[in-house]
Amino acid sequence: MDVLQLIVSGLANGCVYGLIALGFVLIYKATEAVNFAQGDFMMLGAFITLGLTNQQFWGLPFWISVPIAIMIMGVFGYLLDMIVLRRMFGQSQIAVVILTIALGFVLRFAAGLIWGHEPKSLESPIAGVDVRFGGVVLGMDEIVVIVVTILLTVALYFYFNRTKLGVAMQAASQNQLAAYYMGIPVKRVHSLIWALAGMVAAVAGILFASKGSIDPTTGLLGIKAFAAAVIGGFGSLPGALLGGIIVGLIEPFASRYIAAGYSQIMPYLLLFLILVFRPHGILAQVHRKKV
Amino acid sequence: MRTLFKTSYDTDINLFRDWSQARWYLALLIILVVLPFFLDIFWLGEMTNVLIWAIAGMGIMMLVGQTGQASLGHAAFLAVGCYANVLLQERLGLPFILSFPLCGLIAGLAGVLLAIPTTKLHGIYLAIGTLAISILMDDLIVVAAPLTNGVIGLMTPSITIFGISFDRYAELDRFYWLVLVITLLVVLAYRNILRSPLGRAFAAVRDSEVSAQAMGVNVARTKAVAFGISTAITGLAGALIGYFLTTFNNETFNIIISIQMLLMIVIGGLGTIHGAFFGAIVIALLPQAIAMGRDFIGNLTGGGSVAIPGLESALFGMILIVFILFEPMGIYGRWVKIRTYFELFPFARRDMFRRQRSYLKTERMR
Repeated sequence: MDVLQLIVSGLANGCVYGLIALGFVLIYKATEAVNFAQGDFMMLGAFITLGLTNQQFWGLPFWISVPIAIMIMGVFGYLLDMIVLRRMFGQSQIAVVILTIALGFVLRFAAGLIWGHEPKSLESPIAGVDVRFGGVVLGMDEIVVIVVTILLTVALYFYFNRTKLGVAMQAASQNQLAAYYMGIPVKRVHSLIWALAGMVAAVAGILFASKGSIDPTTGLLGIKAFAAAVIGGFGSLPGALLGGIIVGLIEPFASRYIAAGYSQIMPYLLLFLILVFRPHGILAQVHRKKV
Repeated sequence: MRTLFKTSYDTDINLFRDWSQARWYLALLIILVVLPFFLDIFWLGEMTNVLIWAIAGMGIMMLVGQTGQASLGHAAFLAVGCYANVLLQERLGLPFILSFPLCGLIAGLAGVLLAIPTTKLHGIYLAIGTLAISILMDDLIVVAAPLTNGVIGLMTPSITIFGISFDRYAELDRFYWLVLVITLLVVLAYRNILRSPLGRAFAAVRDSEVSAQAMGVNVARTKAVAFGISTAITGLAGALIGYFLTTFNNETFNIIISIQMLLMIVIGGLGTIHGAFFGAIVIALLPQAIAMGRDFIGNLTGGGSVAIPGLESALFGMILIVFILFEPMGIYGRWVKIRTYFELFPFARRDMFRRQRSYLKTERMR
């Protein structure tokens, strides 16, 4: 019984990591850029929902503020790419990494300025409701997190492999110039993928905020999601989810069975081992680089 | 503009381009040496801080700027250097003059040890791997509490060389000169490495690993050596930071410092020693500038000084975004452009520094 509850809570945490990792992977898959601010996107999405929902701020009904927040994050992602990141077109990967790290600093500051630095919790209808399954008590929030994540991953997987726009996104990533010659509007595709990543981050943020309190530094969770993306294999959507779940499951078990002090380093230790022995993750997509 | 007439092969690798350049640097050095006579205690301390960060900047610059290996984990090696220095003095009773070079050596060895598994990684994966190192180091210091005193931290003993005290508070001007000498030695070593075959190999690896390999450069070995030298210099800087702060614990060298170190050299200008110094000036003096600006606004509005948490890192982030977008070559790049404009006046053209754009192809293939 105890183990089962550990598994479910680990799964739920892992799904949030997986969703943030999904954001990394989406952007990486389509633009070869890595968005170090993805965790801060999630934080921002959560805070926008919180700002719309909580009585302290706007006090809108939860189910109205959720789509609004997702839309705002989508527009935010689109504009961010259009105004800032498009200028980085054709520059090195590391330059984009540094830019997004800096962006994370700014977002954290902005969120702190608007919503305050003390932890807040989202007034969400799925928070704090228990569900009983034959003697096992599970949180409603945990179940919702798991279900939403699985649905979203499957939808994104089919989107990338079956729809025209999804294939165009992959093409734009594999060879920008060739994709452009084939009539793909590469720049708009990039902006759209950032919008999509922003929306996924908003979903992750809402789910995370339903499970506990958030504050502006919540975005640093992105580092753990990063570990998840690498463990699963950067560039693979199912890999991101798999990595997230692995990291999520390791945490509760490590803190239970391994001495304190060692337990919190386990995800990073795993990340490091994966990088050393299987550098491109469990579901690797990288082969040798050609000149 | 001065035209250089090359009469020997050595002209290409001379430390200074010509006598006028050497004179400018000599003037700068003299100013730096006599600085303690003109500055008060506070600004002398800040100046020392700038020099220490410049050493740290040169450490990470060797890896990122010269060899092209992004590292988000260099604070870990600041920690290694700092702890090694203090522990060598406290546990083994070594004097500063021995423990200081040794701590650099230890940090360098740690870097090589890390390089062996990580040299296989490229670009973004290396950045993530080193990020993990930085996080692990924080926890490692806590776990190794019997040695490192965990979260309580350690205190640095006062520096004494041959009976002369270089205490950070009592003898700040001497401490400043000591740091200045170390900075000079590091700059000299850095310059000499750059003009040796090793430095050329670094540049070859940075520009293209595949062509470096084709030219007969042992890429894995070169990367490992670059890691070693880079982390050794960083370790020395870490030891000095320990002296400057006088107390430190696991939080002192956290992941944020790692990220800041990388951002610092990007603001300064990647791939140049000047860049390390410019970046150090920005990172060390930014908190003071913000404090002064805050007081100024407070006086202006009469509302007293207002404290906005996180303002420092946000400003830092905004400066960085502006630089990445409009001046990717950093402060030093801007300085070179302005200088070239006046040197060539009126023949400078806007596109002289235009960079070639390359279209991206994926490294992933299916």
